[in-house]
Amino acid sequence: MRVLAAMSGGVDSAVAAALAVDAGHDVTGVHLALSQNRQTLRSGSRGCCSVEDSHDARRVADELGIPFYVWDLADRFTEDVVDDFVAEYAAGRTPNPCLRCNEKIKFTAVLDRALGLGFDAVVTGHHARLDGTELRRSVDAAKDQSYVLGVLTPEQLAAAMFPLGGMTKDRVREIAAERGFGVAAKPDSHDICFIPDGDTRGFLSRRLGSQPGPVVDAATGRQVGEHDGTYGFTVGQRRGLGIAAGDQRPRYVLGIEPVTRTVTVGTADLAGVPAVRTGAPTWTGRAPQLPFAAQVQVRAHGAPVACRVRPDDGGGLLVEFADQQRGVAPGQSAVFYEPDPDRGDRVLGQAAVTAAVEREAGVRR
Amino acid sequence: MTVTGPTSASEENRVSYLDHAATTPVLPEVLAAMTEQLGRVGNASSLHASGRAARRAAEQSRERLAEAVGARPSEVLFTGGGTESDNLAVKGLFWARRQADSRRRRIVVSPAEHHAVLDSVEWLAKHDGAEITWLPVESTGRVLPHALAEALGDGEDVALASVMWANNEIGTVSDIPALAAVAREVGVPLHTDAVQAVGQVPVDFEASGVDALTMTGHKLGGPMGAGVLLLRRDAECTPLLHGGGQERDVRSGTLDVAAIVGLAVATVAAVGSREERAARLAGLRDRLVEGVVEQVPDAQLNGAPLGDRVDGGPGRLPGNAHLSFPGAEGDALLMLLDARGIECSTGSACSAGVARPSHVLLATGADADRARSSLRFSLGHTSTGADVDAVLDVIAPVVERARRAGLGRR
Repeated sequence: MRVLAAMSGGVDSAVAAALAVDAGHDVTGVHLALSQNRQTLRSGSRGCCSVEDSHDARRVADELGIPFYVWDLADRFTEDVVDDFVAEYAAGRTPNPCLRCNEKIKFTAVLDRALGLGFDAVVTGHHARLDGTELRRSVDAAKDQSYVLGVLTPEQLAAAMFPLGGMTKDRVREIAAERGFGVAAKPDSHDICFIPDGDTRGFLSRRLGSQPGPVVDAATGRQVGEHDGTYGFTVGQRRGLGIAAGDQRPRYVLGIEPVTRTVTVGTADLAGVPAVRTGAPTWTGRAPQLPFAAQVQVRAHGAPVACRVRPDDGGGLLVEFADQQRGVAPGQSAVFYEPDPDRGDRVLGQAAVTAAVEREAGVRR
Repeated sequence: MTVTGPTSASEENRVSYLDHAATTPVLPEVLAAMTEQLGRVGNASSLHASGRAARRAAEQSRERLAEAVGARPSEVLFTGGGTESDNLAVKGLFWARRQADSRRRRIVVSPAEHHAVLDSVEWLAKHDGAEITWLPVESTGRVLPHALAEALGDGEDVALASVMWANNEIGTVSDIPALAAVAREVGVPLHTDAVQAVGQVPVDFEASGVDALTMTGHKLGGPMGAGVLLLRRDAECTPLLHGGGQERDVRSGTLDVAAIVGLAVATVAAVGSREERAARLAGLRDRLVEGVVEQVPDAQLNGAPLGDRVDGGPGRLPGNAHLSFPGAEGDALLMLLDARGIECSTGSACSAGVARPSHVLLATGADADRARSSLRFSLGHTSTGADVDAVLDVIAPVVERARRAGLGRR
């Protein structure tokens, strides 16, 4: 097959490209230039956005003897991922930019262009298994990235290759070292690639400015503090609230109201929710019959929990957790899994959380 | 030929190298001369027999090269390449001229210059008080004498002017002797980057009247890393590199004798065979452009028309074919052609490999889409009719596929 390898300059995509070459595919490497102001050298632990990273990718491509190009997708990335990230926080939601990037950039902009240019598939270094077109968790549970791929459609998965899903990260590094790749020991990337210092609150504050508002205790309705912007908070957050509640019990963010800029906090007993509502779902395969029982994961590194998924008004879903869940924020994706200990839990699809459901009645934002 | 998608170059038996403006294959006689010289010990600055032998080889090369380009041997400064020569001319002339008269802060320059000139000028503006006056260019990319005259004014506040002899991207030749006469009239030194011109169009340093001229070895069948700044004996130029003062106290560094020997052999050969080769390449190039336009009717030729003339010579580099393909991305075209064994370029290479709309095309008034959709085919001494045929075999389906692939943009 004619395969386009997306090469970030990290060890995973380097090994994925090498395995595609080994498998006999006709491979072309592409590095995606996503940042509008590229740094010459890498800063911090994040690897993907600097010129140095593109040189790391090119070095591997040259060693593999495959063509290598840089595609400039900075404008689309800024619009679809960075601006979306800022707008979501400004609206009181908590987005996952990696999921958005997979949805809009890697498996739309890049995949469309690759197919248009005559390639049959795009290969990436994601840690997830692709069993035919069934998307499953990686064998390396700690490195599993199936969550951020949960948004892909059957058509996108049909043109995707994830050669690393069947091996551990340690094995990936071994393969890179055996081949003499300079990136074999390159540190893992963390956090959000367009916030290399990891200071999300500082990044949002530079973009959105100071937007002070009250922090209110849910139990008493009294103001217990002030904040510089609701974007500095996410539902479920416990640390850094900057409040004096008058007792020793920890408080959690329960809700964010962007119009009045109110952050509502409460004690642990109030933080759990039994269910969430979502927007319209996307499915990785044929749409399942509603209702159905599954597992659901609501953040990239969260634990899966059992749930029941029902249809809701307006094409959305009602996701009822077997146990109350804390820290389910609007904007996060609920990714549904069908447990399978042998072949790996299968990703069914996802839907973005729109609201938490109160235990008694009503909907809490 | 039906094109269904990328195929790897290794599947093809031959590669059509159509990127001579980037670099040229080394001539066999250059390789032989350099190999022989590399086998000999000797620093051209040493006083013993080995040093004298090295010096003799270097100085013979200087004389031969000087003769080939109409300069005196003492006007030949060997450098590490075209970029160094451009930096030395722009910064060195600026510093020396401003030192002599502090009013001279202005640099008059064309926006279509190579980045070695542009970035030197912009660095001086940012860090050293230079003021830039941008010359207007015609839609072909040419700088006209009256535009230079207007920009220079009385010349009293001008440190230097710089206009390239032939553009590296779109191949347009400017009338450098006429521009030099204009500059001379107001006492302003003119530097010209002639990296693409030497060996392609008639270049005579003395007759041209320019004060400084950049050339390099690897664009005319010589080695990389070997360049020349031709500098008039009366031109004051402050050094960039300080040290042993080997080159007229303007450029320091142990002479790379083997590279200098290769550079001189290449220059003599390229200039000596210029007329015959230029006619042959212009014929191939015309067939290439006409064939492409026949198959892709909305393709646009950038730069000067094919038959254009300037100062009694070609108005366009004989090996240059620079075309825009509306609706197709240059880098998609490049990739698809590369996969079919055809090597060309979207313009000048960028270190990060990120495609940017060509500053040259933008300077000629082209819009960003035309600039992004362009390809440069540059023919040289190894080009044949088979290379042209190879392009014409695949260009129509390649352009069609690149157009269908969209732009990765909205």
